Amino acid sequence: MMARIGARLRKGSTAEPAKRVQFDHKTLPWMFLAPQLAVIVIFFYWPSVQAVQSSFYIEDPFGFGSAFVGLSNYVDALTSREYRRVASFTAVFTVLVTALSLVLGLLLAVKADAVIRGAATYKTLLISVYAIAPPVAGLVGMMFFDMHIGPFVRLAAFFGWDMRVGLDYFDTAFAMITVSVWKQIPYNFIFFLSGLQAVPMSIREAAAIDCRNGWTRFRTVVLPLLAPTAFFLLIIDITYALFDTFAVIDVMVKDKPANNPITLVYKVYNDGFRGNDIGGSSAQSVILMVVVFVLTIVQFRFLEKRIHYG
Amino acid sequence: MHRTRPLDHIVLILGALFLVLPVLVAFTTSTHTAADIHIHGLQILPGANFAETYGTVLTQRGGFTGQVTGARMLMNSMILGIGFAVGKIVLSMLAAYALVYFRFRAATFMFWVIFTTLLLPLEVRIMPTYGVMSDLGLLNSYTGLIVPLLASATGTFYFRQFFKSIPDELLEAARIDGAGPIRFFIDVIVPLSRTMIAAIFIIMFVYGWNQYLWPMLMTTDERFFTLMRGIKSILQVWVGSQIPDYNQALALAVLAILPPVAVVVIFQRWFIKGLTESDK
Repeated sequence: MMARIGARLRKGSTAEPAKRVQFDHKTLPWMFLAPQLAVIVIFFYWPSVQAVQSSFYIEDPFGFGSAFVGLSNYVDALTSREYRRVASFTAVFTVLVTALSLVLGLLLAVKADAVIRGAATYKTLLISVYAIAPPVAGLVGMMFFDMHIGPFVRLAAFFGWDMRVGLDYFDTAFAMITVSVWKQIPYNFIFFLSGLQAVPMSIREAAAIDCRNGWTRFRTVVLPLLAPTAFFLLIIDITYALFDTFAVIDVMVKDKPANNPITLVYKVYNDGFRGNDIGGSSAQSVILMVVVFVLTIVQFRFLEKRIHYG
Repeated sequence: MHRTRPLDHIVLILGALFLVLPVLVAFTTSTHTAADIHIHGLQILPGANFAETYGTVLTQRGGFTGQVTGARMLMNSMILGIGFAVGKIVLSMLAAYALVYFRFRAATFMFWVIFTTLLLPLEVRIMPTYGVMSDLGLLNSYTGLIVPLLASATGTFYFRQFFKSIPDELLEAARIDGAGPIRFFIDVIVPLSRTMIAAIFIIMFVYGWNQYLWPMLMTTDERFFTLMRGIKSILQVWVGSQIPDYNQALALAVLAILPPVAVVVIFQRWFIKGLTESDK
């Protein structure tokens, strides 16, 4: 979502009026804006300000006041071993989920673009998983990795791997990544496929004449044309891995995060709602906000310029 | 110009199997008894217990925690999905109309006020949002379930782009005919936006239906549980029992999958249009 907006903003379409003709009216535009503004102010700005504010306080869990502690919540978060462990898992998790779902989504899109017969059926089948909610994906994944009934566990056992999802750190992480990638492939597939189908026939034909090797042709002609789509999806997938996988993780750790891997968002939730550490949880929220913010700015400013928009 | 090779089909078939098979197996397994599943594992062929399992899940009170039935959760999920989609469309059409069609001084500033919301997902400000909700006394209500999710500008962005692509001549003609801003909105903009509205409705319905974290925090009263929330509670019960109700858990998952997948598959064209069109 953000990247698409980024692409729009960059084209400079934000500041100047879009229309040559517009209505001049003092109150009417505000009446049209009012409902949206009300919701945004109450449920976006107010809570965001409160998050920043409470990150500087230590609040009594029983509600008997709070004390200003400056940056100590941030220092506590960033220096704790637990936080670093979760942060490094989040990094590994995000890289793997993003990379795998991009590559597999692209692979399937290229193949679906190549076949003409049965294309509609493949498309429908591949897209359908998109609509499945992350917690449901988590539940279905749980069944496949269930110690008693899961076929994956049996398969793993055949290779001598004693898989214990929900108990063993590595095994749980493996299952979480598999399920999260599974859930995200259709999204990447849709965008890559529509990107591929937008490549003009003339370019394809010229490329086919110039270069007989399919892989080289793909790498030198198609891939650069797909770069904007890929970049957009990269940002989307990172955001997905950071935030939307919450439900997958929550279902898979079954409320027992103790010896299971979790991501930073899960820790914010866990510390805030379970641990009643409101200050610490808020500080972590703000750190995440900064991460997302930086991600957006990097996207707007730097990486963008390297990509050629046709 | 591409010559189709068997390898392409093999990759696609494997991909489709990888994506779709788990869902099919979830369904077929849910039609077996819990004991059968416990002994034989997940099932590829359908069993004989379809009516029984789904009947139980849909109607039995206390299947999970005491008060809520699957049918009730299904209804709550519908209310959340439809309410969210409709709310989103109404709010964002109005706001986008103001931003595109009115000349007023604060327009650019308002644009930024609204579009900043795209930068931060609800997940990062979940604690304080919860605080605001409880201050307003909106916990355990449909309003509380739906309205905070509306605090993001995705819909406004889509409609703004779409409105900008509508030719200026239409407005000029309408003004010559003496139409004011409200008339123009109702008689020209809304009818022109029909396909766009449909596309956004589908995306937003799926988004609302699939919400998990927010309903989980918001609803402690079981009468407001959605299917996603139900999945959480079935797992909590599951951990302790002798032979877990695999069949019921999977049946609930299938119920939670069906409506959004049906909507997306049936309205594929619009759905893809909504997702990708505004990217170009």
